[in-house]
Amino acid sequence: MARRRDFLVDSASCSGCKACQAACKDRHGVAVGILWRRVYEIAGGGWTRDGSGLVPQVFAYNLSIACNHCEEPICAEVCPTGAMRRREDGLVLVDAERCVGCRYCAWACPYGAPQYDETAGRMTKCTFCADLLDQGLPPACVAACPMRALDFGERGALEAERGLRPDAFPLPDPGLTSPGLALIPHRDARRAGPTTAGVANREEVIP
Amino acid sequence: MQSAPSRLTTEPAPGERIVRVGCPAHNCGGRCLLVARVRDGRIVSLGTDDRPGDTLADPQLRACPRGRAYLRRQYHPDRLLHPLRRAGPRGGGRFERITWDEALDLVAGEMRRVKERYGNSALFVPYGTGSYNQLNGSVVARRLMNLFGGCLGIYNSYSWAAINVATPYVYGTLETGNQRQDWLNSKYILMWGWNPAEMRDGTNSELFVRRARESGARTVCVDPRMSMTAVALADEWIPIRPGTDTAMMSAMAHVMLSEGLYDAGFVRTHCVGFDASQMPPGCEGEESYSDYVLGRRDGVPKTPDWAEPITAVPRATIARIAREYATTRPAVLYQGYGMQRRAYGEQVVRAGCVLAAITGNVGVHGGWASGLANQPDGGCAWYVFPTGENPVPASIPVFLWSEAVLRGKAMGPEDGVLGAGRLDNDIKLIYAVATNCLVNQHADINRSIGILRDESKVEFLVVQDQFLTSTARYADLVLPACTQFETWGVEDGWKYGEEVLLMPKLVEPPGEAKSDYRICAEIAERLGIGPEFTEGRDERGWVDWCLGHYRRTRFPDLPSLDEFEASNAGVYSRPVAEPAVAFEDFRRDPERHPLSTPSGKIEIFSKQLFDMGRPHEIPAVPKYVQEWESPFGPEARRFPLQVIGHHTLHRVHSTHDNNEWLEEAFPQRAFINPADAAARGIADGELVKVWNDRGATILRCRVTPRIMPGVVDIPEGAWWEPDEEGVDRGGCINVLTSHRWTPLAFGTAQHTAMAQVEKA
Repeated sequence: MARRRDFLVDSASCSGCKACQAACKDRHGVAVGILWRRVYEIAGGGWTRDGSGLVPQVFAYNLSIACNHCEEPICAEVCPTGAMRRREDGLVLVDAERCVGCRYCAWACPYGAPQYDETAGRMTKCTFCADLLDQGLPPACVAACPMRALDFGERGALEAERGLRPDAFPLPDPGLTSPGLALIPHRDARRAGPTTAGVANREEVIP
Repeated sequence: MQSAPSRLTTEPAPGERIVRVGCPAHNCGGRCLLVARVRDGRIVSLGTDDRPGDTLADPQLRACPRGRAYLRRQYHPDRLLHPLRRAGPRGGGRFERITWDEALDLVAGEMRRVKERYGNSALFVPYGTGSYNQLNGSVVARRLMNLFGGCLGIYNSYSWAAINVATPYVYGTLETGNQRQDWLNSKYILMWGWNPAEMRDGTNSELFVRRARESGARTVCVDPRMSMTAVALADEWIPIRPGTDTAMMSAMAHVMLSEGLYDAGFVRTHCVGFDASQMPPGCEGEESYSDYVLGRRDGVPKTPDWAEPITAVPRATIARIAREYATTRPAVLYQGYGMQRRAYGEQVVRAGCVLAAITGNVGVHGGWASGLANQPDGGCAWYVFPTGENPVPASIPVFLWSEAVLRGKAMGPEDGVLGAGRLDNDIKLIYAVATNCLVNQHADINRSIGILRDESKVEFLVVQDQFLTSTARYADLVLPACTQFETWGVEDGWKYGEEVLLMPKLVEPPGEAKSDYRICAEIAERLGIGPEFTEGRDERGWVDWCLGHYRRTRFPDLPSLDEFEASNAGVYSRPVAEPAVAFEDFRRDPERHPLSTPSGKIEIFSKQLFDMGRPHEIPAVPKYVQEWESPFGPEARRFPLQVIGHHTLHRVHSTHDNNEWLEEAFPQRAFINPADAAARGIADGELVKVWNDRGATILRCRVTPRIMPGVVDIPEGAWWEPDEEGVDRGGCINVLTSHRWTPLAFGTAQHTAMAQVEKA
C-alpha cells in the first residue's frame, strides 16, 4: 500500500507565482475556470503617516491549496452516489462513472477543492498525481515550484514533528476534516483574521 | 551529462516522445528547462527540469507559469498561418492572404527599391525580443541586412538603457556582479526596486535569495509596491515614492558621512571624487560627492529630514537602513531595473554604485558592487549567432527609432547617434521581426501610430511574428513566423547562469508559418545573397555553429550537437562550487589591477560627465533630480497619480498576453491604493479610466493596500485595443507613457508618467 501523503506548503516562502497552478493545468489538461490547485493571496492592513512619510501596516501572504485528501473527507460523506471515495492509500478521488455532478461535495468542502466541470457534467479535483506517486515521483505541482516552497511528505509526520498545523487564515479549523496539509505559516499570518484580512485575489481563485 | 533514465520523469506513453528543450526565450530573465511530451506531431504537455539533485551549485532550472502554460500560446487559434498583405489604409486592420512567393518578392523588391532610392541607411531592423534565442528573432534579419549592404544600426536596449551606460562611468565595466551563490555569504541584502520572484532576473535568483536568508542574511525590499519579492523574500518592505530613490540613497550617504559609518580606508585607496582630497586633476575645486551630500555648495544637506517629504520614507527609517547597510557587512545592494527606466534614470544607478563603494562592499565575498552586475567569469554571451559587420557605420539608441523616422537627417550626437556625424537618411523601410516595440511597447502609442500611419515617412513596414500584434496591425505585410518549438534554437543562461540550453525542433509549424531564419534565407535568395546568408547551413547547422562558439569561448567540455541531442539532456550546465567575485583583483591591489575608468579607480565623481557641461541633467556626482513629470510639479494638479508598470507573470513584455491560463492566473488590472480609490468613489473590481494628455485606457481595477498611495500600477505589456474613440480597452500602459528619453543614455523613461484615474 502506498504511504499516505500530506502536502507541505511553505507559505513563508511562497511568492504566489502560480507555477504550481500552471503545472497542474498542464499535466491534467484542466480547463479555464477550474483550478485543482489555486493560490490565495491574503492581504490586509493599511497606511499611516509619520511626518511626511508613509508607513505601511500592510501585510500579505500566499496559500497554495489543492485538495488535502482529508482523513475525514466531508466531500465523501455528503456524496449521494459514493463517487467521492477515500482509497485505502488515503487519496480521495472522484469516480467519474458514478458522479452525477450534484455538487454537494463542492458545497461541503471547506477548501473549495472539488470543482464542477460543465463540459463533462461532473466534479473534478486534484488527484495528488496518484500515478506519479505510484512511480515514486513527486506530484506535478511540487516538482514545479521555483521557490521550492511546495513539498509533500508522510501523513502526519510533518505536523507531528514540527507542529505545522494548517490553520492560517482563512483556512478552516483542521479539526473539521483532518486535512493532509502541513503549513509553514508566513509571519504575517499572525495578523490575519476575518476582521483584519481578506482574500485579495478572489477573482483568481474562485472561478 | 546525465542521461534520460535517471530523470524524475515518467516513461513516455506508447506513441509518445519526450524531449528536453529550453523554454522559448522572450526576454524574460529566466532561461529554464522544459520536458516536452510529443504525440502525433503535437506537444501535449510541458513539464520542467527533472534532473535529480537540485543542488545549490547546479540547481534545477524550473520554469515559471509562463513556461508551463506555453501550450495555450503554442496552439492558440489566432496564430498567423499565412502571409498577409494590407488591404485598406495602414493600421486599418484589413489584410488579404497572399502566397509566400508574392510576399517574399514584395519584401525583396521593397528592400531593393529603398536601397536604390535612399541608400542602405534608410533600412531599419528595430529592437525586439519576441523570439529571442540565438537562431530566432531579429538577429537573422540583421544578418540579412548586413549582407545586403547594411542598415541603420541600433545600440542599447529598452530594458537596461540607463544602467548599461551609467555603470561603466563608475566601474569601467558592466561585469560588476558576483555569482549568485555568493549571496549566501552576505549578511544583509537590500533589494532596491528589485523583484526577482516576479520578473525572474535569472532563473533561480529568487531561490538564491531565499537560501541566503536561511543562511542568516537580513533582507529588505525597497519598492513602491509590496511585490511578490517583498512578500516572500523580505524581512522588511519599505515603500518609496517612484523616481525618488536617489534622494533616499543620498540621505543614506549623509547618515554614513555624519556618523562615520562609511569605509574611509577603501574610499581613500579605491575611489576618486568622494571628497575634496581626491578630486581628479582639473576638477580640484569642483563639487565632490561629500560636498553634495553635506550641502556645502547648494546649502541643502541631503539629510533624512530632507529626503522624507521627497521619498515618503520616514526619516528614522532612512537613517536606520543607512546604518544597517553600512554596518552589516558584507552586504548586497541589488538595483532593479524599473527605476532606471525613468527620467534621469542614470542617477539612481550611479548612486547605488556609490553606496556599495563607500561601504566597502566591492570585491569581497558576500558584497556586491551594484550597477548592472553582469557575471565576472565571462558570462552573458548575448549574441552568438553571427550577424556580421554592418557596412552602415551609423547607429542610434534603440529608443529613438521614431525620431529617426521623423527627422533622421537632423539627428546627430546630441541624439545619441554613433558612428557618423549626422544621419544621412530618415528611416524608410522597417523590417520588424519578433517585436511589438513599434506600437505596444514603445512610449506614447497615440504618437507612434500617428507616425506609422503616414505612408510618406515609413514607406514599407514588414512585420514578422506569430500573432497579429498591435505592431503587426500597422504592417504593410505580415509574415507568419513559427514558434521556437517549431524550429531549432539554442540559448544560454542570460545574465546569469552557467548553462547552454538546446532547443530542438519539436513539431512542424502550423499553416504556412516558417522560421525567422528560413524567411530571411528565402529573402536573401531573392536578393542574390542566398549562399552568403546560409553558408550552406540550415537552422540545426547554425545551432551546431553556435555550440562550437560556446565551446571555444566559454564551455570547452560542451558536447557535440549530435551527442547533446542524443542524450536528450536539454541542458549542459557547469556547476558553481566557488562563486566568482567581481573586482577581487582590484580590491587586493588597485595599483596593479586598475579599473578601466579614466582614473583606474571607482569614479564617484566622473570627469567625463563633468566635461559634458550639463550639470543639471548629467551631474558629475550622482544627484537626485526632480523628474519632468512628478508629484511635485505643476502637472500633478491635473494628473496627481504616478503610473508605474511592473513586469507581471502574465506575460513576458507583450508576449503571452493572449494566453488564457495566464490571464486566468493574473488578470490585467490597474492596482490602486484604497485611499486613492475611495477618494474617487472606486470599488474593487470596477472599470476605471486611467488617462492623461497622451491617452486613456479603461480596465478593471484591483484596490489593494499593496500599492502605495499616490501610485497606480498597470502591468506593462497588455495588448493595446483601441475602441472607436481611440480609448484603449486592453489595459495597455503605453497610451499613458512619454517618449522623452533620459539625458545621458538616450534610454526609455516610460515609467515616469503622471495620470488621473476615475470611474469609467
